[in-house]
Amino acid sequence: MSDSAEHPIGIYLKIWLLLFVLSTFSYMVDYFQLQGYLRWSLILLFMFLKAGYIIAIFMHVQWERLALKWLLFAPPVAILVLIALMAAEGDYTFSTRMEFFDR
Amino acid sequence: MSIETDKNATYTEPGVAGVVSDWAADKQAFDMPWGKLMMWIFLLSDTFIFSVFLTSYMTVRISATDAWPNASEVFALEIAGVHLPLLLIAIMTFILITSSGTMAMAVNCAYRGDKKKAVTFIVLTALFGASFVGMQAFEWTKLITEEGIRPWGNPLGAAQFGSSFFMITGFHGLHVTGGVIYLLWVARRVSTGYYDGKGLEIVEIAGLYWHFVDLVWVFIFAFFYLW
Repeated sequence: MSDSAEHPIGIYLKIWLLLFVLSTFSYMVDYFQLQGYLRWSLILLFMFLKAGYIIAIFMHVQWERLALKWLLFAPPVAILVLIALMAAEGDYTFSTRMEFFDR
Repeated sequence: MSIETDKNATYTEPGVAGVVSDWAADKQAFDMPWGKLMMWIFLLSDTFIFSVFLTSYMTVRISATDAWPNASEVFALEIAGVHLPLLLIAIMTFILITSSGTMAMAVNCAYRGDKKKAVTFIVLTALFGASFVGMQAFEWTKLITEEGIRPWGNPLGAAQFGSSFFMITGFHGLHVTGGVIYLLWVARRVSTGYYDGKGLEIVEIAGLYWHFVDLVWVFIFAFFYLW
């Protein structure tokens, strides 16, 4: 059984505050119109930090058993494969359109 | 006929050996109420749905030959003559995070046995969720009536922008709407004493759903609005 009852309220408030700060940072990325690889890497950094804290603390996964963590994190690896395949497919479609649609 | 499981089963062995013993021993594999496990399974399947939406958005955006509309400008607001890019989306993000915070408090109160506070926090979470949906309705209206964005095209650039936007945010908004109804239903049942003597795991289960909705928004915010 997850021992949710034993966590003090303080940790939720801290994470809440942290998520606010991280969201502000990601908003700033757009506000200051950062571009290129700096923009993309910062967006991804703040996104993964936020997602990680929500999953680990708010959803209590940090305190769950390894059996559940594997259940949750092994299947989405298939999604990474899909992303890689579709990125290649998208590039191919784009180059084909450029080739034949004369744009 | 019921399946016999070891009521005194322990779940203390750590690490990989723990996974092996959880799965191999004569006990249930996951140490949690069945409703919570079912919610996790549902959320895992929902992860796939949203991942596929975002992946298809990536695919059409890569393959579009017209310029992709600049989300920063499309979702900008003019307030008192000041031009603020993405402002509404930022506010929606903060509201959803706040609702996640109040939901975490609700779960905490429920497990400490403070029913009344738990119900208050659940209702508060639902109200934040409802205001999120309200802002989304405002955003959709503005996009459709003022900017002329349609699922099949728009005056700003790549036609795929509209279909991706309506599909992804629409499905997420549907999840928030469903979540608000679900939370209010749970709050009502908790306050009328339906779960007295059964335990308040339901609050944690509803919380998992709500945090997931927030989690999905983190990805939508990053990939659709900021990218």
